[in-house]
Amino acid sequence: MASLKDATAIVGTGQTAFAKRLDDPEKTLACRAILAALDDAGIEPSEVDAFASYTMEETDEVEVAKSIGAGDVTFFSKVGYGGGGSCATVAHLAAAISTGQATVGVAWRSRKRGSGKRPWTDVHAQLPTPAQWTRPFGLLRPADEIGMLTRRYMHEYGVTRDHLFNVALACRNRANQNPAAMMYERPLTREMYMTSRWISEPLCLFDNCLETDGALACVVVSADRARDCRRRPVYVHSVAQALPTQHHGMVNYWNDDPLCGPAWTAARQLWKTADITPDDIDVAQIYDAFTPLIPLSLEGYGFCARGEGGAFTEGGALEIGGRLPLNTSGGGLSEAYVHGFNLITEGVKQLRGTSTAQVPDAATCLVTAGEGVPTSALLLRS
Amino acid sequence: MSSIMKATTDNGLLLPVPDQDGAPFWEFAARGELRVQVCGACGRLRFPPRPCCPHCQSFDSAWRAMSGRGRIWSYVLPHPPLLPGYAAQAPYNAVIVELAEDPGIRLVGNVVAAPAAALNSVDTSRLRIGAAVRACFHEIPEGVTVPRWLLERP
Ligand SMILES: [Zn+2]
Repeated sequence: MASLKDATAIVGTGQTAFAKRLDDPEKTLACRAILAALDDAGIEPSEVDAFASYTMEETDEVEVAKSIGAGDVTFFSKVGYGGGGSCATVAHLAAAISTGQATVGVAWRSRKRGSGKRPWTDVHAQLPTPAQWTRPFGLLRPADEIGMLTRRYMHEYGVTRDHLFNVALACRNRANQNPAAMMYERPLTREMYMTSRWISEPLCLFDNCLETDGALACVVVSADRARDCRRRPVYVHSVAQALPTQHHGMVNYWNDDPLCGPAWTAARQLWKTADITPDDIDVAQIYDAFTPLIPLSLEGYGFCARGEGGAFTEGGALEIGGRLPLNTSGGGLSEAYVHGFNLITEGVKQLRGTSTAQVPDAATCLVTAGEGVPTSALLLRS
Repeated sequence: MSSIMKATTDNGLLLPVPDQDGAPFWEFAARGELRVQVCGACGRLRFPPRPCCPHCQSFDSAWRAMSGRGRIWSYVLPHPPLLPGYAAQAPYNAVIVELAEDPGIRLVGNVVAAPAAALNSVDTSRLRIGAAVRACFHEIPEGVTVPRWLLERP
């Protein structure tokens, strides 16, 4: 059977500034990030023949391709479920390139979520089917939907607000090292966390990701081609998408075990096709729209046993020098929330040795997409 | 504009927007009945409703009356920013109730002091996971009826 293992590599990354409000429209931001990624790779835009993004991406391939001056495009793909699609964009490009459907792929996400509207405020949009069972009762926002799972998680496994604070703090500490991060100059203390306002109790302000305008992109080529690029290749070692049996999206309340989310399914596929195990991972970029997604994902991806995700965060485990340095750019909680794409580019930076919070000699990185929705994940290696 | 097309009640609460599979639930609710879809072949309850049974793939189904008894499986207390109609009552509770007939059937709702009471009518200190509740029904002004939940031991 053909394998994706190390067959492709990420050879370029690009990003715009991150801010609560940027003047450029989303299309312009997308073009800036993509052109920066191609420049980083040393590849001409006319060589691009594949695109992948999210279904929620508002700038389509036609607009991007004609704006940046792409060549004839022979593969294009969009992945659904919001942030759950982040890693799948790279996975789709890896599949296309390793099977000869294309040679130079660009994945991107551009979003004005900081200054634009919040999706949950739309009362007229045709809502996905579960909405009739949840929204009339005031379960309106992702924070409410994940808050519900969080309280149950705390109840069943003794996860505490201090555990969630450990997650928020690790991300903030890394952002404080990253001049590009929205929270670069904003340290977080336990007192700030414990006295902050509730968003949806048990989730407080600091349990929620940022609202950001910004865009990011990366360039994927074959491993052979990667050796000729400007930068040290970061190989796509293993990929996975995951829609678990009887999964219901963010309102995953109707299966036997709602706390066993898509991470578990993604992990089985990811590790099955990899040469490495969780013990071999040097640094992790784990989707952090909400702090509880981190302990839940630590369990799902096999870094600890079921129910031990909260305890895993103790003793500085997620800090530099800890057992599993986490979200080293600051992540969605403290660098920028662009549907998790900054987690991919930070994974690349770590394996190039160019992160602002570099883990010494990092050679392997787990990157995950949105947990709690149909998701995806990548194992990257240098 | 018909009530079907309206997105919110006059006081800004979202109306359910049923799909074809879910419509019977709301029609039974309007009669004060809590019913859940049941497979016509293997007899398993399923929620949310869907066209066929994930266990035996039968397209036969019926709607079985529930006792209306259940327990709180989890809950949140939303605070602003919220849609205006909800912000006016915040913090309120949103709960998940697991039904006595099958704890795998879980309904999102609100625990209230009385069927027509506000979403914030129960002291949040009264809420706990495992608390016994029973269904009641409230007709919200646009002719739509929603199930709500009363604490068995208020
Ligand atoms: Zn059946």
